[in-house]
Amino acid sequence: QRAALRVCAVATTAKKDAAAAPAKGLITPEAAKEVYYDMVLGREFEEMCAQMYYRGKMFGFVHLYSGQEAVSSGVIKLLRPDDHVCSTYRDHVHALSKGVPAREIMAELFGKSTGCCRGQGGSMHIFSAKHGVLGGYAFIGEGIPIGVGAAFKSAYRRNVLGDESSDSVTVSFFGDGTCNVGQFYESLNMAALYKLPHIFVVENNKWAIGMSHGRATNPTLGDEDPYIYKKGPAFGMPGVHVDGMDVLKVREVAQEAIARARRGDGPTLIEAETYRFRGHSLADPDELRSKEEKAKYAARDPIPQLKDYMLANGLATEADIKEIHDKVMAEVEDSVKFADESPKPDKGQLLENVFADPRGFGIAPDGRYRYELPGFTTGTAQVS
Amino acid sequence: MTVRDAINSALDEELARDPAVYILGEEVGEYQGAYKITRGLLQKYGADRVRDTPITERERQQRRQVQQQGRRQQWQQQRQQWHRRQRRQQWQRRQHQLEPHGFTGIAVGSAFAGLRPVCEFMTWNFAMQAIDQIINSAAKTLFMSAGKINCPIVFRGPNGAAAGVAAQHSQCFAAWYTHCPGLKVISPYDAEDARGLMKAAIRDDDPIIFLENEILYGQAFPVSPQVLDKDFVLPIGKAKVMRQGTHVTITAHSKMVGFSLAAAEKLAAEGIEAEVINLRSLRPLDRPAIAASVKKTHHLVNVEEGWPTCGIGSEICAVAMEDSFDQLDAPVGRVTGADVPTAYATELEKASFPSVDDIVKVVKQTLGKA
Repeated sequence: QRAALRVCAVATTAKKDAAAAPAKGLITPEAAKEVYYDMVLGREFEEMCAQMYYRGKMFGFVHLYSGQEAVSSGVIKLLRPDDHVCSTYRDHVHALSKGVPAREIMAELFGKSTGCCRGQGGSMHIFSAKHGVLGGYAFIGEGIPIGVGAAFKSAYRRNVLGDESSDSVTVSFFGDGTCNVGQFYESLNMAALYKLPHIFVVENNKWAIGMSHGRATNPTLGDEDPYIYKKGPAFGMPGVHVDGMDVLKVREVAQEAIARARRGDGPTLIEAETYRFRGHSLADPDELRSKEEKAKYAARDPIPQLKDYMLANGLATEADIKEIHDKVMAEVEDSVKFADESPKPDKGQLLENVFADPRGFGIAPDGRYRYELPGFTTGTAQVS
Repeated sequence: MTVRDAINSALDEELARDPAVYILGEEVGEYQGAYKITRGLLQKYGADRVRDTPITERERQQRRQVQQQGRRQQWQQQRQQWHRRQRRQQWQRRQHQLEPHGFTGIAVGSAFAGLRPVCEFMTWNFAMQAIDQIINSAAKTLFMSAGKINCPIVFRGPNGAAAGVAAQHSQCFAAWYTHCPGLKVISPYDAEDARGLMKAAIRDDDPIIFLENEILYGQAFPVSPQVLDKDFVLPIGKAKVMRQGTHVTITAHSKMVGFSLAAAEKLAAEGIEAEVINLRSLRPLDRPAIAASVKKTHHLVNVEEGWPTCGIGSEICAVAMEDSFDQLDAPVGRVTGADVPTAYATELEKASFPSVDDIVKVVKQTLGKA
């Protein structure tokens, strides 16, 4: 049996929530299958994106998640529908894990009107209010304080508006490169200061485009290497290091962090050591990472790891695994077909979403606008 | 000569001319610039004057070689092997830690202290993270220090719409920076502009915003031998008449100059002679050149990629009203980008930005011939 590993000590040890957390390393067959399905879906979806990009079906910058699935599936599959997730430009799989249908994401990537953002957002800006996906940000560090803001809302509802049932949490995902940006530290401080139900998940994939983590970041004091998780205790929250290529370990750590956030005990910083199997984006020639390093992490591919564990522990049969793969392939194929057949956006759509209220300003007591200005939201330009 | 070569050669010559000039930015060294503007400069001037942030593996090795060659003897005498390695690692790490607002601040500080940095943004979109240091630090310090501390710096990079990269990566910042006192804003069109204005910008004692265009980098323009002179410097604040005409004046900057020239050709086929003015500098704006042209044509249209509200076209309208009210026979026309963030889908993106036909249409409207 695989014991979930708390790799390193933390400043404040998170208390076990005895009622919610199952015994160490245990996962039900249903949960294991769900997580496995999600990981395979993430992988196959991204591989299909690469094909479609090279066929000219999608354009601009497309950043793939292949290799890091254990982090997305390990954390997000433990969340409730009313919890929020904040991502980066590498956001397709986070959205899939949070329940956004593959069809809607693929259609978005094709720039079609049936996409989750009607073709307006694109690969780097996936949003879904219904599924609690707060985007999709192109600039590093941008999404972290946004996530803290969503967590602020949960605490505000409970503490100010008196809604005792408000215990939703927010998870922000970002990379090792972002941990040298100011917003990261500002957010750590505020989340701890206000004791917000927020989980910081660093997907440390070792490389910020072509710059390796070890050369970008000074080692923490007394260490040979930089450890991001050690920055948690400095701001008054637990910092946890976890093997991000092992979904069960990620799940164990996430379970504890989520339970802690729901109890109102504040934020947690999780550093998941992972690896992306492809370049930074599909435009990156990826010449700087060594073959040895790639091979080392390829051998730790999280998907076969979970499959072997499930088979060895009787959580699934070979037939179950095959069924999952077939189902995933059908879903991905269906998403491409759907995206391909969907209509392109109308030109009239262009001016529609600049302001929330399309007609005017201020509602008077009689329910009418104090000032009607129907052309306001369409701006001053004519579109030809 | 391509616009890329024009900027590259201007940087090269200014680095050679003045040892206080240095370049810093993301991927400017070994990668030779995300758009290859700094090609060959690291090899020629070394890592101390072409600073990479972040950095690539081969460049690190190269820097190590440079350091070893330059400092080995001194270090061997002064330090133990261990100290040397530590120091080198720290030095290298310091280079990597720089992030947009971080390295912009470092550039500004070094300019206050007497260097002449050329600070590259991979695109101007990334400068949003550093806008505090550009406006609050670089633009205002001469005033705040009562003229005692100036900031001779060039902020440069590609600006404006790019293809398929959606709202956060595709926008024009001309109006944003032109609004701010203390900044000089330059937006070149062709190779002559790029070369002459880049050299002028580096030699200037004030902070310069240099707005290039990704799509123009690879475009080649004929240049005179005079342009290739190592002291070819264009005056900042002077516009250039690209095409003479008598019926209407079209003002534009950057990529839109090319669109306006194309529109002028189409209009000429219909008997309308447009005078096309390449603004070159947005602040200071060449008001006399605009007024002189309007005096001749009595009609004015401005073309820009940016948003209409408080845009460059708005300023041109105000200037025309103040300087040429009695000369105008029709309201000033504006061709701008649509008043929305840039969409991802190709059709929507295309509809967002001016086309040659849009310019033709607005010119005809202004002339009452639509």
